[in-house]
Amino acid sequence: MRAWHFSENAYPFLPPADEYPSIRVTLPNRLYDPEKGAALYDRFLDEWLIAEDEGMEIMLNEHHQTATCVDPAAPLVMAALARLTTKARLLILGNPIANRRQPVRVAEEMALVDIMSRGRVEAGFVRGVPYEISPANSNPARMNERFQEALELIVKAWTSRDGPVSHEGRFFHHRNINIWPPPYQNPHPPIWISTTSTGGAKQIGRQGYVQATFLTGFENTRKIFESYRAGWREAGRGDDVPIDRLAYAALVYVGDNEADAVAGAEKLMWYITANKVLPQFANPPGYVPIQANVQMLRGAEHPLSAFAKAASVEKAIEAGIMMAGTPDQVYQQFKRHYEYVGGYGQLLIMGQAGFLEHDDTVRGIRNFAREVYPRLREEYPDTAISGTFADVAPEPPRDAVPSSAATKQSATNGDSEETATPLGSVR
Amino acid sequence: MSHRTIEIGDIELEVVEKGSGAPVLFLHSGQGFDASHPFVGPLSQARRMIAPSHPGFGGSSLPDWLDRIDDIAHVYLDLMDRLELPAVDVIGCSIGGWIAAELAAIAPERISRLVLVGPVGVKTGSVDELDIPDIFVLGQDEVNGLLFHDPEKYRMDPAKLSDDQLVRAVRNRESLALLTWEPYMHNPKLKHRLHRAAMPALLIRGANDGLVSERYLERYAALLPSARTLTIADAGHVPQIEQPERFVKAALSFLDE
Repeated sequence: MRAWHFSENAYPFLPPADEYPSIRVTLPNRLYDPEKGAALYDRFLDEWLIAEDEGMEIMLNEHHQTATCVDPAAPLVMAALARLTTKARLLILGNPIANRRQPVRVAEEMALVDIMSRGRVEAGFVRGVPYEISPANSNPARMNERFQEALELIVKAWTSRDGPVSHEGRFFHHRNINIWPPPYQNPHPPIWISTTSTGGAKQIGRQGYVQATFLTGFENTRKIFESYRAGWREAGRGDDVPIDRLAYAALVYVGDNEADAVAGAEKLMWYITANKVLPQFANPPGYVPIQANVQMLRGAEHPLSAFAKAASVEKAIEAGIMMAGTPDQVYQQFKRHYEYVGGYGQLLIMGQAGFLEHDDTVRGIRNFAREVYPRLREEYPDTAISGTFADVAPEPPRDAVPSSAATKQSATNGDSEETATPLGSVR
Repeated sequence: MSHRTIEIGDIELEVVEKGSGAPVLFLHSGQGFDASHPFVGPLSQARRMIAPSHPGFGGSSLPDWLDRIDDIAHVYLDLMDRLELPAVDVIGCSIGGWIAAELAAIAPERISRLVLVGPVGVKTGSVDELDIPDIFVLGQDEVNGLLFHDPEKYRMDPAKLSDDQLVRAVRNRESLALLTWEPYMHNPKLKHRLHRAAMPALLIRGANDGLVSERYLERYAALLPSARTLTIADAGHVPQIEQPERFVKAALSFLDE
């Protein structure tokens, strides 16, 4: 089991949500105070270094034109981390390669950071959430096809060591690919891909890359991981799916006691509730399959969108998108999720969001790293195999949920019609 | 009315034909072709209306290689060959007008007279301003306000549409994005080619068209050697739907000159 500290580097100092239509894409950047922003960066980098000291790995990501994640060039921050850290693995999840015009440049960036970190890069690739479409001016149609070709081109650039090779594809053209430097790791850094769809997971399983899913709870995570495992087996990779191939991202906060945990967890909910986005940015044409759009026009709702309207720490824990409580409670919650979905070896911890202050963030990191992580590593060694299930009760045991979480409901931002999720569905 | 599928290369093209007389090729807007639209009756009473659904729209397939408006112009040259139409009158609406303009620049001898209705396809204004408002970053109500003189009348109600109609509407919109996303709603080369399109041309816009401005239409017309413009009152971007009688009358009186 490996655990990763992940921060979105949000800029939370915004006017009330009813004063702006969308926190992403259109929010004027005059609302960003560079002094405050610079101080936040000092802080977020410090928190990553503390996570490293505590034995955790480091994860970062990239978004554009949004206050929810003010890191529009994650490879730059990764390069800073390469020099500031010495032992943590550095996961970028990820490079939005359906929106990057030059995949070879992405290959160069990752190879360079891999050199600077002496082989600590874990290179993640994402299709990108729908609100990235407008900032990138990227065509939302045929994104999956563009993503796959970009990935193939990046692997080609990383693994060609004998002078120039060429690429004349459907979306990208290069006549002389010969990157300097090549990656430090041979043949290349481990590849991660995120998806929340079963079709996507199956393909990643066939390819054998690490697959991550974000906030998909119990049922959907199980389906997604089952698809990955099916793809893995179909491709002849063997019956046993190594546990390190699968990753789950959850909001995690471990408190000193229940009250402390609930207070921290409440602040983490900002990640879910502050994502006010206009429908046209949350669902550009072609981003989701036609049938999914038809279902939405018929009133279907993404589970996370429905959840965001009445978000509470207790419901988030029950839904499997949050793990929060005392060390023992978080351990119980993790175990329940792990056994239900069939096991995974990478826990991506969204450990900072919105107004969760530095001291509270650090306390959450330390409590997890010292009180929970050792138990997870012992119980779920990296040699474990994914794809075995245990009976899991439909409700978490009462003592596994902080008691004070039951009554509070988090404030949601904006009107529910316009609430979207980090994963990009509307209404 | 005939409704058939014609294979052009690797594309299965849905083609509706109605009426008799001199043929007119009708190229639909981004909404897609719908035989129940109100202009179809009056137009086909006077003419043999040939209305293909563009690749990716309606029941027409979309091959992997096709991603540009001028690709479709080439497909329609094949269609004209297949239908044995050495030259034909063409009416194109919005992106259908763009296709018609590409066609007119590629093969001017194949078009007798040309009617463009709220056409897009050229860039005429400044770098700092979109010629056509960005329909993909506006809410649906805002887009409807630009499309229609009377938006309330045309508000889409999914509950009143069949699954098949919804699939078509969603797929049409996806194909519209594919074809018009970048450069947005234009081909930078087209305005340098339109001098070839010397056939008589009529450019029509609805007086309340929020997408194609009067200035844009005038500049577009100036790129064509023999074009004039006409405004239809009480209509937005789709006068063929909001003012079908006036639209058909204007188009036919021009085509029959």
